[in-house]
Amino acid sequence: MRLTDEEQAMLAGAAGEPRRWAIQHQIAVGEFFDAADLVPVSQAHIMADTESLGEAGIRFLESLAAAPETERRVRVPTLTDPRGLDFQTYKRLGQTDAMAVLETCAIDALKAFGVLMTDTCINYQTILPPTHGEHLAMGDTGVVIYSNSVFGARSNFEGGPSALAAALTGRTPRYGYHLDERRRATRRFQLEVQPRDLSEWGALGGIIGRECGSYWEVPLIEGVDEPPGSDALKHFGAAMASYGSTALFLMSGVTPDADHRDRRRLAGHTISRADLDAFVAAYGAAGDKVDVVVFAAPHLSLVEMAALADALGGRKVHSDTTLLVATSPEIKHAADRMGLTRRIEDTGAVVAAGICFYQSYAGEMAEANGWKRLVTNSAKLVNIIGGYGYRPTLLSLERCVESAITGRVV
Amino acid sequence: MPTVLKCHPGIGPNVTGMALVARDNFSARYDLDRKAGIFSRPTHALAGQSYAGRILVLDQAKGGVATAWMLHEMKSRGIVPLALVLNRVNPILAQGAAFGGVTMVDRFEGDVTDLIRTGDELRIDPAAGTVEILNR
Repeated sequence: MRLTDEEQAMLAGAAGEPRRWAIQHQIAVGEFFDAADLVPVSQAHIMADTESLGEAGIRFLESLAAAPETERRVRVPTLTDPRGLDFQTYKRLGQTDAMAVLETCAIDALKAFGVLMTDTCINYQTILPPTHGEHLAMGDTGVVIYSNSVFGARSNFEGGPSALAAALTGRTPRYGYHLDERRRATRRFQLEVQPRDLSEWGALGGIIGRECGSYWEVPLIEGVDEPPGSDALKHFGAAMASYGSTALFLMSGVTPDADHRDRRRLAGHTISRADLDAFVAAYGAAGDKVDVVVFAAPHLSLVEMAALADALGGRKVHSDTTLLVATSPEIKHAADRMGLTRRIEDTGAVVAAGICFYQSYAGEMAEANGWKRLVTNSAKLVNIIGGYGYRPTLLSLERCVESAITGRVV
Repeated sequence: MPTVLKCHPGIGPNVTGMALVARDNFSARYDLDRKAGIFSRPTHALAGQSYAGRILVLDQAKGGVATAWMLHEMKSRGIVPLALVLNRVNPILAQGAAFGGVTMVDRFEGDVTDLIRTGDELRIDPAAGTVEILNR
């Protein structure tokens, strides 16, 4: 890889150990992907929940955070993805004090780097939306696909160590979706159906992601009648990234970089009502007892919080069922101020801030609470959560709410 | 003479070990019980099988960013695959292997899940971009 004089100096340790580690890591990754050089980034976003970090990861963060302040401070605005635990709700969810201690250690280390503890996977809706052409180091697959696709910004999936490295050096290896040639459609999908709600937008994303099946495929989606809006694209992209490891989609009439030059050379794959219904039906469990209903993954927007409060309509959640809602700290504060949190919690639900359920010791929560059947409107969550021992069902927000109230899958 | 498969130069140290092969994908968060060291996702082709100390030969990297931390954490407890051999990885798996010091290679001529069988003894040289099948 071609390095500037400043980058060579960093590699030689002249800017301290954290930056030396960071650029060495970036060169290893960059060479693996044949990157020609490093590209400056304007934001970094770190996934660093304690379940993923483990004690080994926390010790690593603490060792870098012990460097002198000038050597450890991040060089670009750096945000965090959801954390492993919300200190206000963890006991109610069956999480332990030991987890809370780990969380405190991780937060202290991240703060020492000058990281802004935003604890959210919807920073593109709530903190600082990316702009077209901006190079980023985003650390959540849902954030990357939304930033690349909806805004036309440029990021690869940057896992926690790589996002931290980008924050410390202010740059990232130039490969993948930083390059023009990678941002052209490789697959084409023609919709014969319009999704009816957020869960179906997620299901559609899941179908396309599963069909693409690789980080390096870029789907072009045609036949969307109306721009579906931010929350629909959020669920759509998050599910596609989850099922397919996809990092960029192009949607005719909706995303800025949809380029029809590629249309003719790509065979079209049609998606029908029957395809959407079959996707949802594969997770069906009508009549089953519901242990937990989860609204998360991605975090709820303020608009989703309001829709949930309305759907609950002041009724009580069934005594054998837990209803959990996860949003960002910013949205939680807004929901508190507008009375939405109270309306949701008065039904017996738990509103957590800064966690996103599956990043929050989901396996341990299942064990502690005896949870098995999980109902959600997030296609991303149904894809992830099976590995943690849950049996997930995908329903619309309204049917999730009815399931929470009756204690049975509606 | 062992069979030598060429791949793109990879990450991590040279290793020799036993292959566990499936035409399925890989994500540490989605697919594994990392405490028990087994594939836990019920629909995974290797569900119930132990991965500790094995060279995993799979198709693609899938899913979320967590694998970037998790390989390092798994290695710290010694319950970790010896190496990862895939047709094509995503950035997360490459970043995780680089951070965790876990051997990983990808980009072969042909489908590596066909070329290698479960039980084959493999020697991986990431710098050279080669995987030798020692038993045939």
